[in-house]
Amino acid sequence: MNGFLFLPLIPLLPLLGFLLNGLFGRRLPKALVTMVALSTPLASFLLVARAAFLIWKGSWVLPVIEAPAFGHSALVWINIATLHADFSFVLDQLSLVMLLVVTGVGFLIHIYSVGYMAHDEGYARYFSYLNLFLFFMTTLVLAGNALLMFVGWEGVGLASYLLIGFWFQKTTAADAGKKAFIVNRIGDFGFLIGMFLLLANFGTLTFSEIAARLDANPGWTGGELTVIALCLLLGAAGKSAQLPLYIWLPDAMEGPTPVSALIHAATMVTAGVYMIARTHVLFDHSPFALSVVAIVGAATALFAATIGLVQNDIKRVLAYSTISQLGYMFLGCGVAAYSAAIFHLVTHSFFKALLFLAAGSVIHAIGGEQDMRKMGGLWKKLPITFAVTTVGVLAIGGFFPFAGFFSKDAILYAAFAQGAGGKALWFVGLVTALLTSFYMFRLWYLTFLGKPRSETGHHHSTPWSMLGPLVILALLSISGGWVGIERFAAYLAPATGARATEAGGNLELILSIVAVAVALVGCFVADLLYRQKPARPAELAAEYPESYKLLAHKYYVDEFYGATVVKPLLAISTYFLGWVVDKALIGGTAWLLGGIATFSGALLQRWQSGNIRSYAAWLAAGAAAVLLFLVVPWSAFLANFGIHLNLAGH
Amino acid sequence: MEIPITWYLLLSAVLFSLGVVGFLIKRNLITVFMSIELMLNAVNLSFVTFAHQWHAVRGQIFVFFVMMVAAAEAAVGLAIIIAVFRARATLAVDRIDLMKL
Repeated sequence: MNGFLFLPLIPLLPLLGFLLNGLFGRRLPKALVTMVALSTPLASFLLVARAAFLIWKGSWVLPVIEAPAFGHSALVWINIATLHADFSFVLDQLSLVMLLVVTGVGFLIHIYSVGYMAHDEGYARYFSYLNLFLFFMTTLVLAGNALLMFVGWEGVGLASYLLIGFWFQKTTAADAGKKAFIVNRIGDFGFLIGMFLLLANFGTLTFSEIAARLDANPGWTGGELTVIALCLLLGAAGKSAQLPLYIWLPDAMEGPTPVSALIHAATMVTAGVYMIARTHVLFDHSPFALSVVAIVGAATALFAATIGLVQNDIKRVLAYSTISQLGYMFLGCGVAAYSAAIFHLVTHSFFKALLFLAAGSVIHAIGGEQDMRKMGGLWKKLPITFAVTTVGVLAIGGFFPFAGFFSKDAILYAAFAQGAGGKALWFVGLVTALLTSFYMFRLWYLTFLGKPRSETGHHHSTPWSMLGPLVILALLSISGGWVGIERFAAYLAPATGARATEAGGNLELILSIVAVAVALVGCFVADLLYRQKPARPAELAAEYPESYKLLAHKYYVDEFYGATVVKPLLAISTYFLGWVVDKALIGGTAWLLGGIATFSGALLQRWQSGNIRSYAAWLAAGAAAVLLFLVVPWSAFLANFGIHLNLAGH
Repeated sequence: MEIPITWYLLLSAVLFSLGVVGFLIKRNLITVFMSIELMLNAVNLSFVTFAHQWHAVRGQIFVFFVMMVAAAEAAVGLAIIIAVFRARATLAVDRIDLMKL
């Protein structure tokens, strides 16, 4: 144990990239911008890989705590009374896994972006935002206390806002950015309240101290812990797009596709899952909060999957699928199978990043079209993209031996093992798996098979900078699950607790077979509807107009929020805050003060006649007044009238 | 015989008041200026008087300071008066009223 793992450098290097490209990017040659943008995430990834290698070799023992030091003392951020926060970065099993995903997948998506964004005017701006995101995301992951995590949490929200609204000339993109930011504020409110309660109940925000305190009091359950856990859940639900705060994620697809892959599929949206796993001791001490997490997760998984069935925008299908898969992860957390949830987080980040990047490659190739109804027959034109998408679809569908099979299976098994309520959750998860398989194959058929349904204009050839990451991610999507949940859970156990899923022998095998069979059914139905009888979906929609409309309008949730939250808030802002407070109260006060000044000014203006002799007269009068005040013995004079002045104060 | 100190002070007060009155009522800028000089010299007179009375040399030194400032002021003031006359062709204070807003 000598030397350093250079943990503070892992976030700081992308920050350097952000500063360089953000400040000077416009004036630098494109090659240099690319070099800066790619080298800083690569350097971070290499640092993480080095740390992983050293730990694997056994020369370091987790957890490792490093803080940016100033001389010999670690940099302290806040030290007031009981509130103590520093910049210490903690590397344990959980954050190491997360860091490998964030910097690894992040670096791949940086490479992909070089090709995807090559012709965009905001090239340097794009990469500076992307680097900024990595800075905040690695800060979030490495943070040793909730406050520092909150900094990263808010920061990734900011980066997400900037990147969703990257093409800010488009009103829809700018609006989507605002929507994401505002909805996330609601979640952040929960996180903040949770932190206040943590501070009030534990006197510390450091995760390890909170865990130690709870370990010392195993009997302390429920009560304030439930409230804290639910507040944190609200924060997690905002960031990870769970019910009821999922509405921002589909709109976030307005951003460039690599952004959707990196931020809105692979890394940022999983921050909520990560946060729950990080604070899992709190949830472990509150069975009620845990079941809420599980129910929210299962409900979101099913809910989003049903919406995904009828979407026609290729990126929106993937967005709803992301929400649904995040629901799976919450379900895993909710049944205390944190390692299974993190396992799914990892494999999901592989195959969902792969699917998004493949979708981006399709969109790039056919000139910006995102409507699947206008695609079709693309397998001949984009063979590599077709191949990797196939891998991604099989992985998310949960087919053996692709990555999704292992992780989804682990969550479903963990749910099934949780008694009667768990069986219901398992069933919901199973139905979701069916729907997932169906809509992913629907996407696959509509995009790549069949006949081209519209004449696509100019064809871009896909550069190698885009194909390379796709191939690597495809390989990861195939092999990412082979490590197996048992070994993964055993590895994570020091960080997420030992309540992991044990291998269940026959039962697990049966459940796996059921899950794969269900996925096959989904595949078969999609094949039936979109390959054999392409006219059938439209007929079905016509046969059940109500249900179709309900799904196509996403259960009218946006409209519902619009009517119950946005409209009243707008009305209050316009009429009460705008008219009464702003115009009448504040404006009125300002007018009154201004009026007094103007009026007295108009009166006193007459004094300033410009006539020297009048000035002189006033001067003389003033001098005379001072003289009168000093010379006349006022107190004696007034004493004649019975008035006693006490000017000296005694 | 020695002249009583009161007389000196009275003379000083009369001269000062004349200066004030002249400053207030005269229209010609040069006369106004001369009134100021009159006031300064009235003050000088009382300084000297008190210096003599208390046998303190400080009052006399003050007089030198006042005379020096008055000389400087006369130089600047006359320069201003000449500039004003060149610009406005008049020295009537009532008509030099551009100082208002």
